[in-house]
Amino acid sequence: MSQLLSQNEDTIVALATPPGIGAISVIRVSGPEAFVKVDKIFFGKKKIVDCPTHTIHYGKIINSENEVIDDVLVSVFRAPHSYTGEDSVEISTHGSQLIVEKIISLLLEQEVRLAEPGEFTKRAFLNGKIDLAQAEAVADVINARTEASLRGARNQLDGILSKKVDSLREKLINTSSLIELELDFAEEDIELLPIKEILKNINEIENEIDNLLKTFSFGRVIRDGVNVALVGKPNVGKSSLLNYLLKEARAIVSEIPGTTRDIIREELTLDGILFRLYDTAGIRITDDLIEKEGVIRSRNAVKEADIVLFISDTETGFDYELFTELLSLAGEEKIIKVVNKIDLKKDYNNIYDVEISAKTGEGIESLFKKLKEKAIGTNVYTEKTAIVSNIRHFNALKKAKEHLINAKNSISENLTGEFIAVDLRNAENALSEIIGKVTTDDILNNIFSKFCIGK
Amino acid sequence: MANSNVSRETKTIRIFIIFSRETERRIMKEYDVIVIGGGHAGIEAATAPARMGCSVAMITMDKKAIGRMSCNPAVGGSAKGHLVHEIDALGGMIGLIADRSGIQFRTLNKSKGPAVWAGRSQNDRKLYSIEALKIVESVPNLEIIEDSVVEVVVENKKIAGVKTQKGLEIKCKALIISTGTFLNGLMHTGLKSFQGGRFGEPASLGLTESLVKLGFEAGRLKTGTPPRLKKDTINWDILEEQKGDDPPQPFSLRTPKDKFPYLPQLSCYITYTDKTVHQILEKGFDRSPLFTGKIKGRGPRYCPSIEDKIYRFADKERHQLFLEPEGLDSDLIYINGFSTSLPEDIQFEALRKIKGLENVEMVRPGYAVEYDFFPPHQVDLTLETKLIEGLYFAGQINGTSGYEEAAAQGIVAGINAALKIQKRPEFVLKRSEAYIGVLIDDLVGKSTDEPYRMFTSRAEHRLILRQDNADRRLMKYGYEFGLIPKELYNELKEREVLITKSKEFLSKTKLLPNEINSFLIQKNTSPIDNAETIDKLVKRPEINLVELLEFIKDKNGEIIDLIKDQKALEQIEIEFKYEGYIQRQLELIEKMEKLENVLIPLNFDYSNLKAISTEGREKLSKVKPRSIGQASRISGVTPSDISVLLVYLKS
Repeated sequence: MSQLLSQNEDTIVALATPPGIGAISVIRVSGPEAFVKVDKIFFGKKKIVDCPTHTIHYGKIINSENEVIDDVLVSVFRAPHSYTGEDSVEISTHGSQLIVEKIISLLLEQEVRLAEPGEFTKRAFLNGKIDLAQAEAVADVINARTEASLRGARNQLDGILSKKVDSLREKLINTSSLIELELDFAEEDIELLPIKEILKNINEIENEIDNLLKTFSFGRVIRDGVNVALVGKPNVGKSSLLNYLLKEARAIVSEIPGTTRDIIREELTLDGILFRLYDTAGIRITDDLIEKEGVIRSRNAVKEADIVLFISDTETGFDYELFTELLSLAGEEKIIKVVNKIDLKKDYNNIYDVEISAKTGEGIESLFKKLKEKAIGTNVYTEKTAIVSNIRHFNALKKAKEHLINAKNSISENLTGEFIAVDLRNAENALSEIIGKVTTDDILNNIFSKFCIGK
Repeated sequence: MANSNVSRETKTIRIFIIFSRETERRIMKEYDVIVIGGGHAGIEAATAPARMGCSVAMITMDKKAIGRMSCNPAVGGSAKGHLVHEIDALGGMIGLIADRSGIQFRTLNKSKGPAVWAGRSQNDRKLYSIEALKIVESVPNLEIIEDSVVEVVVENKKIAGVKTQKGLEIKCKALIISTGTFLNGLMHTGLKSFQGGRFGEPASLGLTESLVKLGFEAGRLKTGTPPRLKKDTINWDILEEQKGDDPPQPFSLRTPKDKFPYLPQLSCYITYTDKTVHQILEKGFDRSPLFTGKIKGRGPRYCPSIEDKIYRFADKERHQLFLEPEGLDSDLIYINGFSTSLPEDIQFEALRKIKGLENVEMVRPGYAVEYDFFPPHQVDLTLETKLIEGLYFAGQINGTSGYEEAAAQGIVAGINAALKIQKRPEFVLKRSEAYIGVLIDDLVGKSTDEPYRMFTSRAEHRLILRQDNADRRLMKYGYEFGLIPKELYNELKEREVLITKSKEFLSKTKLLPNEINSFLIQKNTSPIDNAETIDKLVKRPEINLVELLEFIKDKNGEIIDLIKDQKALEQIEIEFKYEGYIQRQLELIEKMEKLENVLIPLNFDYSNLKAISTEGREKLSKVKPRSIGQASRISGVTPSDISVLLVYLKS
């Protein structure tokens, strides 16, 4: 224990921005000696120790041989008004990876310790700056690839989900206490609450949980992105479509069927949602060894896809055989039936969901619309909506819902309050797990191991 | 807490002691355990260690007051009945005494499942005391001393003995304080108040001050009691009668079936207040010690006085009242639900407006009593105080209300005092094991600022903590401590074997459609298409296990035994019928146990934990929880405090 206590006494450093990317790199220093240590290598107008909190200062990082390493900006945060709750300094440098490494090693020479993965967030958590759900959100912010995913994570970081879950918990406790009242005061002529009323409350809570559960696909989509597999007979124009979508000629487009042997993966952002597009070699049976390999990969790509674009063209028409095969790999609800080459032929049947021409761009807008619809549904989420994007939260909500259903079963079986109460209490516990009210070791272990260094 | 008064009183008492030291003081022989108070906690706290082989002295002001029922003449009720059964399974006395003095026995909540069935007895107040005294006197190694303790003697943070009002100094290894409402007791009726612990009995003065001097924190609580009415001035004919169960069920497993019930059985009667009654009572609010702020102590939210009920539930047009006999040959009637400290004239005027009480005579007005207690975070789960080794608190001194709650603490304190003296491992019941465990864990962890009463809802494992299985949960401990006779324990063990074997047999034995369908139809439940095992069939609410057993063609020895063993039958039936629910509770227990098993070192210094909220740190340092589980239940300790603790303890 004493070891850990002393660990928290020390000052840590790490790169806070992803290595190698971006014009500016930020080095974060946190701990009781953050100011003193940075003052040893930073030379500006003022000593950092004397700077007020939330101020930015220009200066130079100079090593012991009096060489200037870089011109930098430092931001000063005084405890407890910092991310970690400790005295913190953030050094912004335009420098290369090399310069970043130099600055960090200068601090290491000053006996500042290199932070472990997630240690900044762990300190923030330990200092009561954030709760468990927020801590998890930090991990998501770090890994956010698109603007929308960042927004989702931010919103969780702000505690919107925690607040929502807490209000559901409270409602549940209120419902339970009505039941308890009846059980414990049976002899005291308390006016009993009709079971209808209790059922109504349970249904309301269940509905709200349902709504939260529904946001999960959205939450997950904005967090992880969507996998889209392009499937179709050779030459229907999968690669041309892909190319059109990306306006970038990476897939080889040729007249010979079956040239797309490897899966081609491209990324595309539509309204902040990340789509990963996989062009497949088709899923038909083949004897060609090289193609066979490709077919296996295609089949896997289809299985793992969130959305499948089944592409036909107006000339060869809808291939029912291939479609049936596709249905054995992916559910129908995942499939968007697309017909290409509408510029060539106007009369085709109306089995398709979207009609396009990869050549002229006709219908591409409605394809975008369909893709978005499949990915996130038609619900509108604002920044104020509580969104579930974390699988642990999703599972806990699902468990809570199951318990509520059990409770309703008990009611319909005419069982008395003490049986209903069992499941209501379990539901409450499940909700509590989300906000960390019931914390188990497993949850904690999970959370802090997910972080990368510098957070 | 009224510190200036306290110190002034302490001074006078000390002068008295110094004075008497020269003249009267003499050292009596040493006891292993001294118990102060002969109430419901004191009886258990004294008899348990004596039966475990310790020499025990019970110090009480008046021997005849041992086991006095100072409030209503009843034992048990929702959750309290559970406590009585648990104390009984541990080998305690309250169930035996209640059985011997009971004049009505009822099982409450019979319309609900077995987990909330709760026994309740109406008792003859006089006989209860007589039986209690008989039991206390019958225990070897136990001496009753009529005196009052004025000072606790401590050496090096360890209990050394007590000094009494009569000038005695008695040494002991363990001291259990179970003084009920007597510590600086102050009784109120209207704006009149007078010192006393109970009607007609003096308060215990000096003890609180002695404990405060030792560093304990004291608080003030309030409880109340209703007026007593004259039996033959009530118009019984127009009132609703409430009979006891027939046949009545005793609390104690040690009560011989052939002798029970010991006494003739009586009925209670029900009446109600109405608007007129409420209006009269309201007239007295300006002279209510409660509303005028004269009473400083917090009263129980759950057992409010009638004025409290009218005030808080203003839209409720009537309140139920029970007219309960105080005894077989007593001419007093206890009016349950009418606890009050309003002025005497108002009480009387209101009573006369109640149906059936039109010509009633009030023998004694209701009153409120204020008394000192010691917020229970100051004791450990063994009920030993954290401050002074060998000093235990049990009962109302810990802020509880009720005979059953008191008795439960009495037996735990008594057993632990003996175990410590005998250098044996301590006795702590888990929340998942007993209501007693819930009670003490709540007290220690949450402390309390109002009289704590047990409820079934306080037990998260309610379906498992039933009255009917109290023996299966706890008798092993009672036996281990020598408080349960061997024959009784062997009987339980044999039944346990019968239950296991029968359950196995019944979950394998199938009944065929042609054997059982006509019975099922007759019972208004759907017939079966395929053979079905008995454990499945018995889940249907319409069917009893014993009925199904009749259909087993080849009854083996166990089933023949089982049919004769009502208790075993009941256990199996409950376990089969509610299997799913019981399973879900067990899963929850397992989950909670994980947190219970993360221990916090006793000397853990929370002041080093910067991360914890100020309130959390303060509460944790006060309570010094033993495990994360216990810590998580302390009010004011936030989830993130717990997470912080977990993260620290992990590393």
